Amino acid sequence: MDGGATGPAGGHGDVGAALRAACADVRPAGEGDAVSGVAASWVVTPRSAEEAAAVMRASARHDLAVVPTGAGTKLDWGAPPNRLDVILRTSGLTGDVEHAPGDLVARVPAGMALSDLAGVLAEHGQQLVLDDPTGSATVGGALATATAGPRRLLYGTARDLLIGITVVRPDGAITRSGGKVVKNVAGYDLGKLYTGSYGTLGLIVDATFRLHPLPAARAFVTAVYAGAEEAARAAHQVAGSQAVASAVEVERTGPGAPVSVAVLLEGVPEGVAARSQAVRRILGYDSQVAADPPVWWGRLPSLDGGVLVEVTFPLSALGRVLAAIDEAAGRAGARPAVRGSGAGALCLGLLPDVEPSVPAEFVPLLRAELGPLGGHVVVRRAPDPVRPRLDLWGPVAALPLMRRVKERFDPGYRVSPGRFAGGI
Amino acid sequence: MRALAERFREILGDDGVITDPVRLRTYECDGLTVHRATPGIVVLPGTAEQIAEIVRECNAARTPYIARGSGTGLSGGALPRADGVLIVTSRMRRIIEIDVANQRAVVEPGVTNLAISQAARPHGYYYAPDPSSQQICSIGGNVAENSGGAHCLKYGFTVNHVLACEIVTPDGEITWLGGGDPGYDLLGAFIGSEGTLGIATKVVVRLTRTPEAVLTLLAAFDGIERGGRAVSAIIGAGIVPAAIEMMDALAIEAAEAAVGCGYPEGAGAVLIVELDGPEAEVRHQFERVETICAEAGAFELRVARDDAERAAVWTGRKSAFAAVGRISPAYIVQDGVVPRTALPEVLAAIDALSADYGIRVANVFHAGDGNLHPLVLFDDAVPGEGTRAEEVSGRILDLCVEHGGSITGEHGVGVDKSRYMTKMFGDDDLDTMQLLRCAFDPMNLCNPGKVFPTPRLCGEAPGVRRGVHPLVASGEAELF
Ligand SMILES: Cc1cc2nc3c(=O)[nH]c(=O)nc-3n(C[C@H](O)[C@H](O)[C@H](O)COP(=O)(O)OP(=O)(O)OC[C@H]3O[C@@H](n4cnc5c(N)ncnc54)[C@H](O)[C@@H]3O)c2cc1C
Repeated sequence: MDGGATGPAGGHGDVGAALRAACADVRPAGEGDAVSGVAASWVVTPRSAEEAAAVMRASARHDLAVVPTGAGTKLDWGAPPNRLDVILRTSGLTGDVEHAPGDLVARVPAGMALSDLAGVLAEHGQQLVLDDPTGSATVGGALATATAGPRRLLYGTARDLLIGITVVRPDGAITRSGGKVVKNVAGYDLGKLYTGSYGTLGLIVDATFRLHPLPAARAFVTAVYAGAEEAARAAHQVAGSQAVASAVEVERTGPGAPVSVAVLLEGVPEGVAARSQAVRRILGYDSQVAADPPVWWGRLPSLDGGVLVEVTFPLSALGRVLAAIDEAAGRAGARPAVRGSGAGALCLGLLPDVEPSVPAEFVPLLRAELGPLGGHVVVRRAPDPVRPRLDLWGPVAALPLMRRVKERFDPGYRVSPGRFAGGI
Repeated sequence: MRALAERFREILGDDGVITDPVRLRTYECDGLTVHRATPGIVVLPGTAEQIAEIVRECNAARTPYIARGSGTGLSGGALPRADGVLIVTSRMRRIIEIDVANQRAVVEPGVTNLAISQAARPHGYYYAPDPSSQQICSIGGNVAENSGGAHCLKYGFTVNHVLACEIVTPDGEITWLGGGDPGYDLLGAFIGSEGTLGIATKVVVRLTRTPEAVLTLLAAFDGIERGGRAVSAIIGAGIVPAAIEMMDALAIEAAEAAVGCGYPEGAGAVLIVELDGPEAEVRHQFERVETICAEAGAFELRVARDDAERAAVWTGRKSAFAAVGRISPAYIVQDGVVPRTALPEVLAAIDALSADYGIRVANVFHAGDGNLHPLVLFDDAVPGEGTRAEEVSGRILDLCVEHGGSITGEHGVGVDKSRYMTKMFGDDDLDTMQLLRCAFDPMNLCNPGKVFPTPRLCGEAPGVRRGVHPLVASGEAELF
């Protein structure tokens, strides 16, 4: 199909011309240019915030629904958009990192991969402590989905590291909040709103982060336990100890399987050595100290299109949560692999070829089990046949307020419409 | 107002409502005493449900309301209005739960910052953000201001330590923010919103393990420049101290006069560096810090090895704001931020300003994160000096903005700095913030007139006005 001036009736030609006037890199969508099975009409790749803003303005004029995408690692997360005209790729929003090593901050274009950023910062012995569970996410995508990895235990998540942000609003205005200094309380911190917004409030074009020095030394202490309760006790004890672990992770390949616990310590060599021994005393003398992480470390339990469920809960509930997962899995006939943080966030993965009725039964059972423990269950990703049978989000206490925020920012419901809970 | 007061008496009982003019005056200002107004009515609720009822009554009467904690705010955030209701949380002081296993505490908004740490300490935990006002200020006020403290260099601010809040929305509904919800981080946006998005009625805070080891160093230099060099070298060595604080000669003079802190004689600047964490880490890094300070030209190093010695080192720093009262009849406490690497340049520029205007400026700052607290000294008995001091104070904020910093690092915008917001943010930026405000408070009754320069009515929020309605947009290109 030609998206140019000779396009089909219904203003397609006008639309194509308007988008081309806004942005140099515009093409009609082809096979595979879709978001969770919803096909797009256009793919645009702006090279600057100004171009992106022009695209948003053109889209506003022509009432086009826009979905921003980064590397596409999480494009099938959340709900499918309920309409889609333009896929806006952020791969053109790369450019230079403004790294101020002496201030421990960096301003980063949204289309840059976290792994590339790591290389730039490492030249000055610094890092952004935002673990990327997908391995190839962009900065914008990581923020929009609020992903986090093992070191959330000590450093928090993206919202704790983000100090400034530039966003193109759905009407095309380029807007900033926060700034370039770590300490700053001037105005509302809108960066928080955009973190976890699934692209439903606007397009993130760049972000400024607080950085940390790369540690001089690190060590992983790991142990394997036959029972979940025993493993959870050990993990909880490490999290409350004076070892100040950067991460405490658990892994289980399926219900009833042994549970691995791995602890990351970072610091000066002398300190890490002493703390490793202290952690070994907690994990038991079968535990091992290694320089490198276990193979499963920091990776999602299902990267390949399967069902991905995130479970959050109070720190001390780990053992009961693992038991509840087994219980729900047993009743639903599911075999979830479990990985995640002793900080109270686990990811569960089900294989892509799972019978749709299995997660459809498993997820509500899990919610019922975890509710009394103060836990929350969110389905991050479900393949097409499974998704319609699931409530992805579960109860969201502040949903009415979130909807009102959406309506102010995007009254036409044009930016990633329907991607988040309650039709937002 | 009278009818409203009657309704409040029905909700709270007689002793929960203040209308007596003399007693109302007690609440006429916060810690920024230049702004004063006697509130129309003061209410002292005891529960979230009562606050929700009060807010609904205010809405029905189209009467603005303002939350107040302990009134220590330094930007006039809790400044009342004669036509408004002041909702004071001083009766909501219950620590509901210290949940050690989950490293958190649930408290009411009027609980003081320090009370949380005191309750957690027997369990080996504390609440990390430590504003200097921690003995008095409330956690609700901390949430509203996103307060920091000397130790936020390593540990972060209120926003990094609050896990969830129960709030009364400007609609008068009770809801929870945070605590497991996916999607927009409304909790994060609420924290630091200076009481303009609702009233916090319960706060769940993270408790932090009391560090195994704490070591504190006092290093004396001949001047700010050498001290600054030491700070750069410490950061450059990949060390993140719990705190790095600096005072200049005038600030030291004031502290000596007020509390006799006994800092090294002849010091043109002192640096306080505190490291905490696992014993083995701290010991090793501390040696490096000592070496770095010596190499940068420190002429005396004092090490505090226990709590008593540490308290002695901190006395001078913690008393600094009040202490300048000893050397000056009046002063302005300023709060601005610059990128840390711009500190030398900005401090030199402040010196020049001070000389130009003939106004003394004492400098106390969180050197690790570039948060300046210049104390601008003046004598209000001398005609014109107050005005010149205000000018100097404003010019310091300009310097902060010019160097890519912020007009406030922790004291907030309030009424004091709303006019400076346009120096940091453009119209589109401020309009976008207004969208959030309107989503929460469409009637503009919740602490109106604070933070933003020219409050707009929500109906005319420009983001909405300019955003073309989709029905209009389709085929109506000329509206562009
Ligand atoms: C000597 C001194 C030292 C200080 N040192 C520091 C410091 O080191 N770091 C720092 O960050 N600040 C510091 N401050 C400033 C001040 O203490 C903080 O801003 C503190 O958080 C204010 O708390 P408060 O309870 O006194 O709040 P108030 O002054 O009563 O109110 C402050 C703001 O919070 C709002 N508010 C109060 N309670 C609620 C609630 N429950 N829900 C919603 N909004 C609410 C008010 O409307 C107002 O806008 C200092 C102040 C003084 C006087």
